[in-house]
Amino acid sequence: MKILVAFKRVIDPDARIKLTADKTAVDTESVEYKANPFCENALEEALRLKEEHDGEVVLVSLGGEDITQTIRAGLAMGADRAVRVEIEDKALDSDLAARIFAAVYKEEEDVDLFIFGKQAVDGDNNQVGQLTAQYLGLPQACFASEVEVDEDAGEATVTREVDGGLETLAVKLPAVITADLRLNTPRYAKLPDIMKARKKEIEELDLDDLEIEDTALKIEVVSLEEPPKRKGGEIVGSVDALVEKLKNEARAL
Amino acid sequence: MTRSRVSANLGRMADFYDNFLDESHRLLRTSCRRFAEAEIRPHVHDWEEAGIFPRELYTKAAAAGVLGVGFPEELGGSGGGALHQLMSLEGLMRGTSTGVAAGLGSLGIALPALVQSGDHGLAERFVRPALRGEKIACLGITEPGTGSDVAGVATRARREGDHYVVNGAKLFITSGVRADFMTVLARTGDDPHGGLTFFVLEKEMPGVTVSRSLKKTGWWASDTAELAFSDVRVPVENRVGPEGSGFKTLMRNFQTERLALAAYGVATAEIALEESMRYVRERKAFGRPIAGFQVTRHKLADMATQLLAAKTLTYQVATRMDRGEYVVKEVSAAKNLAAEVALAVTYEAVQLHGGMGYMRETVVERLARDARLLPIGGGTQEVMKEIIAKSMGF
Repeated sequence: MKILVAFKRVIDPDARIKLTADKTAVDTESVEYKANPFCENALEEALRLKEEHDGEVVLVSLGGEDITQTIRAGLAMGADRAVRVEIEDKALDSDLAARIFAAVYKEEEDVDLFIFGKQAVDGDNNQVGQLTAQYLGLPQACFASEVEVDEDAGEATVTREVDGGLETLAVKLPAVITADLRLNTPRYAKLPDIMKARKKEIEELDLDDLEIEDTALKIEVVSLEEPPKRKGGEIVGSVDALVEKLKNEARAL
Repeated sequence: MTRSRVSANLGRMADFYDNFLDESHRLLRTSCRRFAEAEIRPHVHDWEEAGIFPRELYTKAAAAGVLGVGFPEELGGSGGGALHQLMSLEGLMRGTSTGVAAGLGSLGIALPALVQSGDHGLAERFVRPALRGEKIACLGITEPGTGSDVAGVATRARREGDHYVVNGAKLFITSGVRADFMTVLARTGDDPHGGLTFFVLEKEMPGVTVSRSLKKTGWWASDTAELAFSDVRVPVENRVGPEGSGFKTLMRNFQTERLALAAYGVATAEIALEESMRYVRERKAFGRPIAGFQVTRHKLADMATQLLAAKTLTYQVATRMDRGEYVVKEVSAAKNLAAEVALAVTYEAVQLHGGMGYMRETVVERLARDARLLPIGGGTQEVMKEIIAKSMGF
């Protein structure tokens, strides 16, 4: 099996962030980065499928040279090689990202699965996997909590989490799957694998190397606002006072 | 308990150390840290209060590749050198309990003698299962009557045909209560140093008993034992290396142990500083966050300066060890400095936390108690100073 995995670097979601002066982006001056957790689920699933069915796992990442460390972390988890498409983060929106992923898919031959994280925890857009499937005309199964592949039948069975229950889909391969957190627990990179990852290939491509007709951004970030500061709590003297405040101040009753 | 959210603030300082590190070190540190944050940190308070952590943590840590750093891949280890070991220890300390880190890490002091002996049988029977996390290992050197002066070891091993008969006692043995095997230093001859030999004693051997499970100031989550050996019949194949090789082996491994203690010290100070930075922004006094007071900011600056010095020296020493240099003076200095810094920084961290700093639910309270062992264990501060002075020609 040949599996592509979209692998994105995000700002550490546990870190305190600041906005730039013009309030259109996060100030990246002193932030730390991590692999997007959902992308790690996607990679883990790809690795498990490879262990079961043999084949190759290829990471696909979009970004500048500085995302190499995140790519190496993915290679250290066990991906075989990586493709990095050179592009600045602010020159991307979900639609262009999907068009690039689709173009890389076409460059790579005989792909059976393209696995994405269901969303990146920075933009929370939750649409790149779906858009990529659309541009490639592939079936999609999103928010997967369980994946099984029957190679002979050329089919994947995907359990997906929907409101109030589970839905099971059968999709013909090749297909796009997006991973939910409960799909698996990503493995820890071990030192011997970290050492091996140093020698793995990271192919570097420019947008010009790919056939993309439409590279225009469809979305412009107009402004970002920080969440309102939380006001301090208050201790009230009696149940009556509490009810009064819930009713008239918080308007919760 | 709130998660530490200040890593980004120390982020640029972290870059400072990157001169020492390559990508493999950084990735390993992240991996071990992730393991500690997911598998240790959420449970650490309960384990500390219970005085033990679950046995499965050994197998989990082995599966995550955390246990075998510094041991050869041929024997089931992860490979890597001193700096890699430093990274794995720093990462594990993110569980915020030195006891858990040291309990998991007791194989780090128990196995080197076995590995260096080149003995295939010992490797198969003990090293591999310990690196898989299936057997717990401990090292037995200290005795009720002797600590830093190893020449005073009184545990005796008397040869009888194809066995040795071992009698004696060992004290303050980390992981000793539930260890499946113990790497024990015993006397096979009268020469103070040349008469010492290592043996592997197994829990099931008749005559091996845990006389006491010891209650300690800190390191609560690691079990610490007093062990008694009464006419324990140990087969010759459990002897580690030739008779009389014990002292040399011990000396050789002291450096790694001192580096490990320096790593605990550095990690302790770093976490205590981060916890304090978070707390002083949240805690208000006289109408403003206590971070607004100069006295607070200067305390933090002093803590950061001390950490910077101890961490730089420790990383430098590990780098030198990886180059094969003889750094016995420097590693002893690193151990002492890191221990002193850990004590000083945790003291101020508790002070900055005020009453909360004295509460058992607070991370810095534990770190401060745990740090007290650092100038004592793995060679006392005074013994380190003797080593440093000797290497200066005094």
